[in-house]
Amino acid sequence: MTQNADNVLDHFELFRGPEYQQMLEAKKKMFENPHDPAEVERVREWAKTEEYKEKNFAREALTVNPAKACQPLGAVFAAVGFEGTIPFVHGSQGCVAYYRSHLSRHFKEPSSCVSSSMTEDAAVFGGLNNMVDGLANTYNLYKPKMIAVSTTCMAEVIGDDLNAFIKTAKEKESVPAEFDVPFAHTPAFVGSHVTGYDNALKGIIEHFWDGKAGTTEKLERKPNDTINFIGGFDGYTVGNMREIRRIFDLMGVEHTILCDNSDVFDTPTDGEFRMYDGGTTLEDAANAIHAKATISMQQYCTEKTLPVIKAHGQEVASFNHPVGVASTDAFLMEVARLTGKEIPEELARERGRLVDAIADSSAHIHGKKFAIYGDPDLCLGLAAFLLELGAEPTHILATNGTKGWAKQVQELLDSSPFGQDCHVYAGKDLWHMRSLLFTEPVDFLIGNTYGKYLERDTGTPLIRIGFPVFDRHHHHRRPVWGYQGSMNVLITILDKIFDEIDRNTNVPAKTDYSFDIIR
Amino acid sequence: MSLAKTEGVGEVKARNKELIEEVLKVYPAKAAKRRAKHLNVHEEGKSDCGVKSNLKSIPGVMTIRGCAYAGSKGVVWGPIKDMIHISHGPVGCGQYSWAARRNYYIGTTGIDTFVTMQFTSDFQEKDIVFGGDKKLAKIMDEIQDLFPLNNGITVQSECPIGLIGDDIEAVSKQKSKQYEGKTIVPVRCEGFRGVSQSLGHHIANDAVRDWVFDKIDPDAPARFEETPYDVAIIGDYNIGGDAWSSRILLEEMGLRVIAQWSGDGTLAELEATPKAKLNVLHCYRSMNYISRHMEEKYGIPWCEYNFFGPSKIAESLRKIASFFDDKIKEGAERVIAKYQPLMDAVIARYRPRLEGKTVMLFVGGLRPRHVIGAYEDLGMEVVGTGYEFGHNDDYQRTAQHYVKDGTLIYDDVTGYEFEKFVEKIQPDLVGSGIKEKYVFQKMGVPFRQMHSWDYSGPYHGYDGFAIFARDMDMAINSPIWKMAQTPWKRKPVPTMIAAE
Repeated sequence: MTQNADNVLDHFELFRGPEYQQMLEAKKKMFENPHDPAEVERVREWAKTEEYKEKNFAREALTVNPAKACQPLGAVFAAVGFEGTIPFVHGSQGCVAYYRSHLSRHFKEPSSCVSSSMTEDAAVFGGLNNMVDGLANTYNLYKPKMIAVSTTCMAEVIGDDLNAFIKTAKEKESVPAEFDVPFAHTPAFVGSHVTGYDNALKGIIEHFWDGKAGTTEKLERKPNDTINFIGGFDGYTVGNMREIRRIFDLMGVEHTILCDNSDVFDTPTDGEFRMYDGGTTLEDAANAIHAKATISMQQYCTEKTLPVIKAHGQEVASFNHPVGVASTDAFLMEVARLTGKEIPEELARERGRLVDAIADSSAHIHGKKFAIYGDPDLCLGLAAFLLELGAEPTHILATNGTKGWAKQVQELLDSSPFGQDCHVYAGKDLWHMRSLLFTEPVDFLIGNTYGKYLERDTGTPLIRIGFPVFDRHHHHRRPVWGYQGSMNVLITILDKIFDEIDRNTNVPAKTDYSFDIIR
Repeated sequence: MSLAKTEGVGEVKARNKELIEEVLKVYPAKAAKRRAKHLNVHEEGKSDCGVKSNLKSIPGVMTIRGCAYAGSKGVVWGPIKDMIHISHGPVGCGQYSWAARRNYYIGTTGIDTFVTMQFTSDFQEKDIVFGGDKKLAKIMDEIQDLFPLNNGITVQSECPIGLIGDDIEAVSKQKSKQYEGKTIVPVRCEGFRGVSQSLGHHIANDAVRDWVFDKIDPDAPARFEETPYDVAIIGDYNIGGDAWSSRILLEEMGLRVIAQWSGDGTLAELEATPKAKLNVLHCYRSMNYISRHMEEKYGIPWCEYNFFGPSKIAESLRKIASFFDDKIKEGAERVIAKYQPLMDAVIARYRPRLEGKTVMLFVGGLRPRHVIGAYEDLGMEVVGTGYEFGHNDDYQRTAQHYVKDGTLIYDDVTGYEFEKFVEKIQPDLVGSGIKEKYVFQKMGVPFRQMHSWDYSGPYHGYDGFAIFARDMDMAINSPIWKMAQTPWKRKPVPTMIAAE
């Protein structure tokens, strides 16, 4: 018997004991009808080859281990960035259970969201009754200030009309006539979670600015000096939003963060559950029309939203998840240009500290090869930073990347001598990445938690930057934007580099002459 | 800490009834009427818990339930390790359920084993408009090409498949023929079917019947030499290794486990199961259907068991042994005796730290009742419980064998109700899922995820009980819960003082 009351063995150790090992070996041999181990080994080796890679890249229909989620996840993420807002997803209820779990597993926080719980009868007759009853129940139970509606693919396939349904629900007094129920159609079979973010945010902005679905007057823009800031779908939203606010305050920029979910995904444990916390106030969301300009930190999360804002007369600017010196410079200088504010000395000093840190550590990163995957903007931001560090972003892959994105990445690569041997892969998945890591190996892989399977199979050390990160805690609390955020990214990368050097130099009397105390 | 301790059962019942009235007040009338049927206070001696179950969730109330796809891909089929399970439809369902359930297995992932991978047809608009059958056929070809050691394929339908009229059965049959009778299983588990995961379990069970069992010759000899002691473990998903810490006990008592359904299971094991002499069924809810079918078709008896906590384990080992001869009956006694010292040591260590603590549960499958005995072995008391997707037969089993008089019962609980119940009852521990975990921890209430074992486990079997006991202790007795209240804001809470 291996188990012990004084030193309770977890699954980590328990099953490695001889009793379990023998049991599992016998199970396999007797009952599993396993393939010949030599054949398994042959296929395992074959799957590392150039030949396999070619077959793999010839795939036209099958997707294996994609690095993207579906639209409504982004819509739910966007909705909770507004004060007192509960996301309401119209369609099958299982989807909502999935979004909530997914967000909770990343942020280690509650994630509140309701479903209209459509079933077979709704598939036949449409989900109007579900909307009518659902809005009433949500309104009474959870006392929101706003209910932001989006859709699952079920509602989209049967063609439910949100605008009409919400109107009818209001006529039937599910919620008061003047209650805010912005909506967005978010079909899961178009785009990805970043598209859903975009659609939901656009829906909310149009709701407040354009007369609340025909129920009030459209707002008339009276330009003022504030600027709007949109972060996009961002796993680091908690750290990033606070960092951005700090930067704007340092610069004296009057600003509105449109969709600020940094508080709702970071509530204190003090005896009270806050279903709602922080967020852009509804008043601010409406008044954001008067701003001088709107900045989007992630172009591909706001492809539809920014044109709407621009059409209302504002100047708009977008970035690609800026990380590093030059990207942060560009961001801050754009803020300065748009607002006429000076960049204060404090930020110049932070910049200098980041440059100082890079100079101190450059020798360890220079020339290292990286594979990156993630959302389109994150890939661009990280690739630019790596090029700046003298590293090579050898493989850059976004399952939800478009041809336009690939072109943009290529332009970035062409702009640097370190980008010459690097390639971009739009629409590919992590099984493609697996082939690449075998046939054209790199030193490090940057990606989300799912990258751990690639790390295990290919031996490429994984640096966890992205969404979701389920298996490491609290990363979302640290910013990755601004000079200080970039510093966090630099340290994260360096830690893995140094850990690897140590891991590869620690065999006594074999390799430990390089096990240096000073690096 | 808790109120329940100092109150008589009459007071508890009155309080619980009052609580139910209170939460119902907040609903609109129509919803209140429907929800009222799902909430009750258990009366001793009743044959069930007095609640309606397996009915549609009410829109907009924040149900905790999932869908049929989750029940089929996520629960029943997903853990079969040597088959490739295609999440057929848009990308999300497969993405959110990717490797999230901790169905442990041994195998070379991506080569001969595929559990922790996400295979999807990643439907685009054109697939919705023109149908996905051609794409599905091509996917199967690509799977054969890139994953030649897969032993079978299942098609796990997502919502759009049934709505756009795709014929996944035809594609599966055609491809099975093309690949020399390869097992290819179309599963109609679209998420809008039924009211919860539960129908997905049933549909998945039926798919095993129709597309695995009906393809095999029941009279053909087994791949192995049969023995009179061959049993199959049904309804254990090997979460954190649960099926392994169960299997070891069955083998130690002299039985031979020829199949695991479905944690760490293989197609060969599914196919061999009709050779079993007894099916031992842990999760009744998700696999009673196929057990009944095997009983009818192959004459295999089945027996429910409970491997949570030493009391129920011993009872179950004896119950399983009763189907066999004295050799096995003696084997069961030997196993119980062997582990008794370990159990005594675990209880001696943890019971003093947990005695009298109260628990509220809300889980799926079998756990809202099955774990009660394990808590009681530690001196703890379950004061509220409910099923995410239970049926009346689950509530019958709960009433007849598990819960105490006055227990608060809540079927398909809503976020609002659960929060209010816990706030008022102030249990020492809540056991539920990831969506509930942080809600209650924010409230300062210790919590354990009872679906994933909070990334721990196994909890089944004697080895698992040691881990269970330690985990409950570390949840409840973590020093952090004394610090949740800000000291300069701390208000006297009269209910707490009364209960001390």
